[in-house]
Amino acid sequence: MDRLAPLPTVIPLVAAALAMLAHRSRWLQRTIAHLALTAALSFAVALLVHADREGPAVARLGGWSASIGISYVVDRLSGLLLVVALFTLLAVLVFAEGQRSKGAESPVFHPVYLVLAAGTGAAFSTGDLFHMFVAYEVLLIASYVLLTLDGTPAQVRTGTTYAVVNTIESLVLVMAVALVYASTGTLSMAELPARLAELNDGVRTGLQLLLLVAFGLKAAVFPLFFWLPDSYPAARSPITAVFAGLLTKVGVYSILRTQTLLFADANRTLLLWVAGLTMVVGVLGAIAQNEVKRILSFHIVSQIGYMILGIAIGGPAAIAATIFFLLHQIPIKSSLFLVEGMIEHSTGTSSLDRLSGLVHRSGLLGALFLLPALSLAGIPPFSGFVAKLGIVTSGLAAGERVAVALAIGCSLLTLVSMAKIWLGAFWGPATEPVLRPAGAAPDPSAAWRWPAAMLGSTVAVVLAGLALAVFAGPLYALCERAAADIADVDAYVRTVLRR
Amino acid sequence: MSLALVLLVAALFACGVYSMLHRSLTRIIVGVVLIGNGVNLLIVVAGSRPGRPPIVGALDGATDAIPQALVLTAIVIGFAVQAFLLALAWRSWALDGDDEVEDDLEDRRLAMDRRRQIRIAEAQAREDHARWLVRDASRPSTHELDGRDEIERGDL
Repeated sequence: MDRLAPLPTVIPLVAAALAMLAHRSRWLQRTIAHLALTAALSFAVALLVHADREGPAVARLGGWSASIGISYVVDRLSGLLLVVALFTLLAVLVFAEGQRSKGAESPVFHPVYLVLAAGTGAAFSTGDLFHMFVAYEVLLIASYVLLTLDGTPAQVRTGTTYAVVNTIESLVLVMAVALVYASTGTLSMAELPARLAELNDGVRTGLQLLLLVAFGLKAAVFPLFFWLPDSYPAARSPITAVFAGLLTKVGVYSILRTQTLLFADANRTLLLWVAGLTMVVGVLGAIAQNEVKRILSFHIVSQIGYMILGIAIGGPAAIAATIFFLLHQIPIKSSLFLVEGMIEHSTGTSSLDRLSGLVHRSGLLGALFLLPALSLAGIPPFSGFVAKLGIVTSGLAAGERVAVALAIGCSLLTLVSMAKIWLGAFWGPATEPVLRPAGAAPDPSAAWRWPAAMLGSTVAVVLAGLALAVFAGPLYALCERAAADIADVDAYVRTVLRR
Repeated sequence: MSLALVLLVAALFACGVYSMLHRSLTRIIVGVVLIGNGVNLLIVVAGSRPGRPPIVGALDGATDAIPQALVLTAIVIGFAVQAFLLALAWRSWALDGDDEVEDDLEDRRLAMDRRRQIRIAEAQAREDHARWLVRDASRPSTHELDGRDEIERGDL
């Protein structure tokens, strides 16, 4: 089983090359992409089950020892994230193909999408700091291409901001990696805890902050979030859905991994401030917006704050809640953007000024929006409630009253802005579609019938979000075991270095 | 560790940051290239001591090979990113006639007073309607450009 650890990364990467070769046949590309993501997903599930029953799977690439070479480590946390991420990637791929947009019909779409999947897989499962930088680059370059796939003026404008900001993030990251190597002589995440502990406090804090800035830019925490609400809405809805679900969460995962594994004893006051400000600024930004995509984009930022709060509180209970929050955010955020894609498919707009009465046109659309929206706001019995309850109780146990009060207040404001979308777009008198999609039938009611693939994949992601609430008991127990893994740094070091 | 190299790293960073603070995308790319080279040099300078090349069998007093492997990877990645940024700058020039990095229109629209927002929304609706009449949805959207004109005419 150990040797299988890189497979969720390698399969999409090889498939990307095959799909590139098959650029003449869209049908062949589709088949390759679906087979690859399904295979990667099944291996991820197998690895998760293995990690839960028998401990982490550790693969050493090229047979080098773990202290020199690159190792892939899939423990419970990595396994959980791989499964949820690959499931979301697969569902969004089905949606994008069902939509038959110009972007999804382009010959580079499938290869680049598979490269994005490979980069995500590598970032979630690598046990080497420099390899994490490479994984970031792989998924970032793929995301640059996906964001600007249509080449419209809006996409080029926002793609520029996005690409430049993320390139700077990569430079900070590689600088941090270089300094870590210079001061410790290793990049293996299993060897680093002991070596970092030998450094003096100033150097260690400097390295910690550099890594935090690099990953914080990717995770879009305050004050490094400014690029996100500007750039994400410009892409096509399925692309935004996968970015919203995955990319920032890769940043959060990296913060979680490095802060708990490498800097376990560090002071977390800074993170606490960052978390509080991220929550408040994100949600206030969302309330000010007037377009569905932009409201949802600001909510990505706001929800990141909760996860950073969990990391800042620290301790197994808070980390378990953070992991559950991560798992809950990926499908919930993606499904909200997919629903937005369905709205745009039917009406040609996502501006609240021009939408009205959608629920009279399609009750199903209303339900598909309402369920994840309530979950996002943290209304019981949805998964968002379970995740937020975990963070709030662990925060109270740690005595962080102000941060907990902020978290609850932001939850209410989230509900306010979800209600804003609901009042603006779903209630009110039903209006005609503002702009019909290209080649639409003259019959107005046809605009409200979506291709089966679009509808099916959205329903699947929404149901996955609901399943997180239905199976919250066993899943939360798994998250607690994953958090216990993380708290036990020595066990991680022993597993990766021996064998 | 050579002082000249350290100073060179500092100079590359300084020039890169200065260049990045401009609005023209080409200058920003020049900044990215300069800082990228500065970071690559930093890896070499900070990561290893000077020594003989690490050839198999002659490892006595050899330099550490890992930073060099890291730099090679970083150079290749930087090359790809810079090529993509140049392509973006070209596309931006082809669309607009310049490569200025522009402001976020939606932010400025939100900062405007409500009446002007409504006027722009109406202009968009009219144009969308006209587009719907000619049934040419494949044409790239232009209402963003119109909206920008409107915003730039009004003083904020």
